[in-house]
Amino acid sequence: MTVQDGVRLASLFGAACFVLGLHMMNSPATARRGNQLSAFGMLVAVIAVLVQVSHGGTMNATRWLVLACGALIGGAVGLYSARSVAMTSMPQLVSLFNAVGGGAAALIAVADYHHDTHLSGGVATASVLDVLIGCVTFSGSLIAAAKLQGYFSQPVTFPGAKAVSAILALAAVAAGIDVIAGAHNIWILVIVVAAATGIGILMVLPIGGADMPVVISLLNAFTGTAVAMAGFVLENATLTIAGALVGASGGILTKLMADAMNRSVLSIIAGGFGTGTSGIEVSGAGGGSVRSIAIDDAALQLVYASKVIVVPGYGLAAAQAQHAVRELAELLEARGIEVSYAIHPVAGRMPGHMNVLLAEANVPYDQLREMDDINPEFDRTDVALVIGANDVTNPAARRPGNAVSGMPILDVDRARSIIVIKRSMASGYAGIDNELYTDPKTSMLFADAKKGLAELVAAAKVV
Amino acid sequence: MTQGFVGDLTIFALALLVGFEVISKVPATLHTPLMSGANSIHGVVLVGVVILSSFVSGPLGYVLTFVAAAFGAANVVGGYAVTDRMLQMFRKRPVPAERPVERPADASPSQSGEPR
Repeated sequence: MTVQDGVRLASLFGAACFVLGLHMMNSPATARRGNQLSAFGMLVAVIAVLVQVSHGGTMNATRWLVLACGALIGGAVGLYSARSVAMTSMPQLVSLFNAVGGGAAALIAVADYHHDTHLSGGVATASVLDVLIGCVTFSGSLIAAAKLQGYFSQPVTFPGAKAVSAILALAAVAAGIDVIAGAHNIWILVIVVAAATGIGILMVLPIGGADMPVVISLLNAFTGTAVAMAGFVLENATLTIAGALVGASGGILTKLMADAMNRSVLSIIAGGFGTGTSGIEVSGAGGGSVRSIAIDDAALQLVYASKVIVVPGYGLAAAQAQHAVRELAELLEARGIEVSYAIHPVAGRMPGHMNVLLAEANVPYDQLREMDDINPEFDRTDVALVIGANDVTNPAARRPGNAVSGMPILDVDRARSIIVIKRSMASGYAGIDNELYTDPKTSMLFADAKKGLAELVAAAKVV
Repeated sequence: MTQGFVGDLTIFALALLVGFEVISKVPATLHTPLMSGANSIHGVVLVGVVILSSFVSGPLGYVLTFVAAAFGAANVVGGYAVTDRMLQMFRKRPVPAERPVERPADASPSQSGEPR
């Protein structure tokens, strides 16, 4: 067996670990081992490629040094950010990893093009796609991370943005075709780089905060595809396989998120949530009266329930109230009350974000229930406690003709009684009134999520 | 070079299908770790950077390799570390079956004296 065969076998082993590792993600019980298996496969693949290049005889001191310095610095920064990031900031970090992954893939194609003067048609096409997708991902993910960090959360639009995007796209396609046709001039590829970077910025700028789960998923899929293209450029199957896996994962999540928000991916990229419909109000919603409730009464209601479902939204995480809600749930459980959490797919700023935030607060994962799984249980629920969730509980979604029509919602209004902890009557991202709040079964507890929950805990203790 | 472009395309298409098949079974509870885990997998781009480093030359080549190596390593190391950190937080309920058994034995006379 030659060294080359050994390297190929090791790469195959690595790829198999990726697939099995992802497979083990289908249950919280095995997910951690799955990730470790995937990391082990990665280690094997990296060692294999190091053996391969050191046997190739083309490595010299400079090349090793450049590689080692880059990898050490990058690795240290990556490890530090992974250890120190707050769980509420996960979406930003994932976005940044998307950015560097896509950026590295694009750089590979640029460096390869710079070095290799004779690219075949297939490889040239892959190079152009790699640069295009990689650069869009790089700049788009950086903007997404900045938005998530709160540097600017409002959608940014300016007149002529669409025209500029169109011109950039045209330039990228023209330069790309030139490269594929056999032109070999690094500046032509630089045009693709610049145009794609601009497209990425203009693509994410106008997208609103509520659409972020879709954007992150989409950029994740882009990164995977860019890496797969880098695999074509270098004729390396490990990159192609791993990139395709990530592309598939990102693609699935994008579709799931867009469905859960009742929007098409295209309309999100086009920007502006509910801009056309926000003026047309849901009829009748404003007419109902709102009943507010005192802390003590709310605590009584909870304590004498036999089944409680907590419906957390991003407002809960924003107020850092995860621990407070877990405390309340434990208190209720100690009294023999059945407590579970109903998690809407888009609760949070990235797919599944709310689950991680609650897991961090030591909520056991068997209490975290998915929308389709828990919706039938609202009928048998005494109190649904809605904290910081809005549009995903609006019964208006079941009727046509408004901004949330058709959106899958949690059937909170089917519970026997509903307590909503909310600071004000302000509307959610969809910009319409929530009919749940005027339901006769609903009582509003006007408070900050953390403060309100702490007071509820205190009140429930003395009941 | 042996398999060529069509060979790569075959691998790409099959891997994509495997990915769809495996990932569509992941529950929504784990979507964030899934994305973060997939994120670390695209850190495999580091393998590409190693290959790249074996043939680049000139200042531009070295700078591009250096930046790509830093990006790739940050991606792969950070991705796996943060995914692990997240997944270790997912715990089961702390032995729910034992609680009712333990309680009466745990010295609460008023309860144990109750008629069933």
